[in-house]
Amino acid sequence: MQAGARLGFILLLTPLLLWLTLLIIIPHIDMLLLSLRERVGVGQYATSPANYLTFFGEPLYLRTFMRTAVMSVLATVITLLIAFPVSFYIAKIARGRVQSSLFLLCLVPFWVSELVRTFGWMILLRETGLISTLLQYLGLASGPVEMLYNDAAMMVGLVYTSMLFMVVPLVTTLESLDDAVIEAGYDLGGNGFSVLREIIIPHATPGIVSGSIVVFMLSLGNYLTPTMLGGKDSLWFTELIYSQFIVRFNWELGAAFGFMLLILSSVIVWGMLRLTGQTLEKTMG
Amino acid sequence: MTLLSNRLKLATSVVALTIAGLAQTASADTLRLLTWGGYAPEDVVAAFEAETGHTVEVTLSNNEEMIAKLRATGGGGFDLAQPSQDRIAGPQAEFGIYKPMDLSKIDESQFIPSMLAATKGNTTVDGAVYGVPHVWGTSGLVVDTAKAPGVKDYTDLCSADVAGKVSYRLKRPTLIGFAFAMGLDPFAAYGDEAAYTAVMEKVEAKLKDCKPNVKTYWGGGDELMNLLRSGEVVASMAWDTGGWKLNADNPDITFVAPASGALGWIDTFVLPAKGGADQAAYDWINYVMQPEVAAQITAVAGNFTASKGADEFASDELKARYQASFSPAAVDNIKWYPPVPAGLEVIEGGVLDRVQAAK
Repeated sequence: MQAGARLGFILLLTPLLLWLTLLIIIPHIDMLLLSLRERVGVGQYATSPANYLTFFGEPLYLRTFMRTAVMSVLATVITLLIAFPVSFYIAKIARGRVQSSLFLLCLVPFWVSELVRTFGWMILLRETGLISTLLQYLGLASGPVEMLYNDAAMMVGLVYTSMLFMVVPLVTTLESLDDAVIEAGYDLGGNGFSVLREIIIPHATPGIVSGSIVVFMLSLGNYLTPTMLGGKDSLWFTELIYSQFIVRFNWELGAAFGFMLLILSSVIVWGMLRLTGQTLEKTMG
Repeated sequence: MTLLSNRLKLATSVVALTIAGLAQTASADTLRLLTWGGYAPEDVVAAFEAETGHTVEVTLSNNEEMIAKLRATGGGGFDLAQPSQDRIAGPQAEFGIYKPMDLSKIDESQFIPSMLAATKGNTTVDGAVYGVPHVWGTSGLVVDTAKAPGVKDYTDLCSADVAGKVSYRLKRPTLIGFAFAMGLDPFAAYGDEAAYTAVMEKVEAKLKDCKPNVKTYWGGGDELMNLLRSGEVVASMAWDTGGWKLNADNPDITFVAPASGALGWIDTFVLPAKGGADQAAYDWINYVMQPEVAAQITAVAGNFTASKGADEFASDELKARYQASFSPAAVDNIKWYPPVPAGLEVIEGGVLDRVQAAK
């Protein structure tokens, strides 16, 4: 009986272990070794930390790195601010068919690929696009308005792309909040703000944190949206990694960049968890 | 005349089919071709498959991705690749991703001799030839001549009367083009890292100054087409075929060979180091270099090939556009890319990153 349970445990664990070792751990070890290699001549390499020194020595890379991190945090915050009321409405106020259809509406855009969604934004925002034409038609603008190729367009794209990943955990946690608790809060003399602060947000914290982690990771690692909507000034760190690997044939520096991104995202997530007094176990459990 | 040539064609293809049939029963291979869009049109592939019994799997890519793909596998996964001739010697020396060509298996009489000789020279590493030419073309300026008549050279993209309405790629052709337009000679500095860095620093300063003029840096051909078609961009750095395609829709837009010289490239055939179907690869090369087939590819890709005599089969419209863009002097002024020495990408990469990040 016990032996059978153990066998079952091993069998169930095997796919996960294979996944982790073959697709995550081994490639990362390979990347680490690659990032510690320096090209010294044609086809000759030596072990050295030169790639990491390049990263810290070139202000451009550091600046892009920080910019990417700050913009991703900003995207996460905006996503949270927009998604929270939406989720609250879906979980607490809407009922029955309205509730499920609202939830479905959040889901529908994700039935098409990210590329198509981004193209949709390009069609709307470009100089000869829908919004610009509409503004001119209404007489609100005298000439074509360019809304594409700047940080705001990129932020819109990032928030839109990651909205669902915030809404789903928030709806789940908010649904588990008993309505009676909210009513009790009002009965005890609380107003809307204090109920939100003292009851709803503390209860929803695991959902907020897990949603924020997912959205932050998705924004940080996004390549398509910054490249397509961001335009000439908005360099994203993933673009740097891509160009090192594919355009410059400089896999060594690209691997070092990849590792820096991994470290950065881990540190920020850890910091966020510490700041909110959460642990990973509490959030995921 | 036509009857005779048709009959001759029929006879040759029957003979070829029989020989091929005899030879191929034992070795009908799958040819995994890594190439550019338009270089392996479906009807050409179908005819080739019917004639030789090989099957062709086409993967579309660009220079950098081709090399990155082959590097990732050490030259495996494909049987024939088509990088530009300047990107063969360097990557071969650095990564060893190609294998030498057996020129005896190629019908050299089908090639334009000067182009074949030049490509062989540029793709020779340690005495072995790695590439033969296929398609060639140039990059220069695509200009809406009605709205931006003043754009004659790369540096004109920075002039005030086209501010906010220009685009180019942040890639090495832009660096090279601007260097020539500024009166520098980057190709002469290829071998000398310090001199090349100095040239690139000047270009970097120019591109940073020019940045406010740029609407966006384009990434793919379709993106550029949209920008030009919609009139959001009136002048851009681009390939000749892009300009000619747009010219078909809007006669004002066309390709302009820059005053400092268009940049000439030749895409080649090379064998990846671990390619498994070499015979099929040679068969493909010999097949597509026949003048009629080469003309079919020209019709789809929009660029001319190194096949001798294929010009006669090209459409008159394409020839007319070519002649309108290239005067004989402009043809002589084409700057052909010499082989890129290993390591230059790092210098250029830093420049491109700094330009993109500049305010």
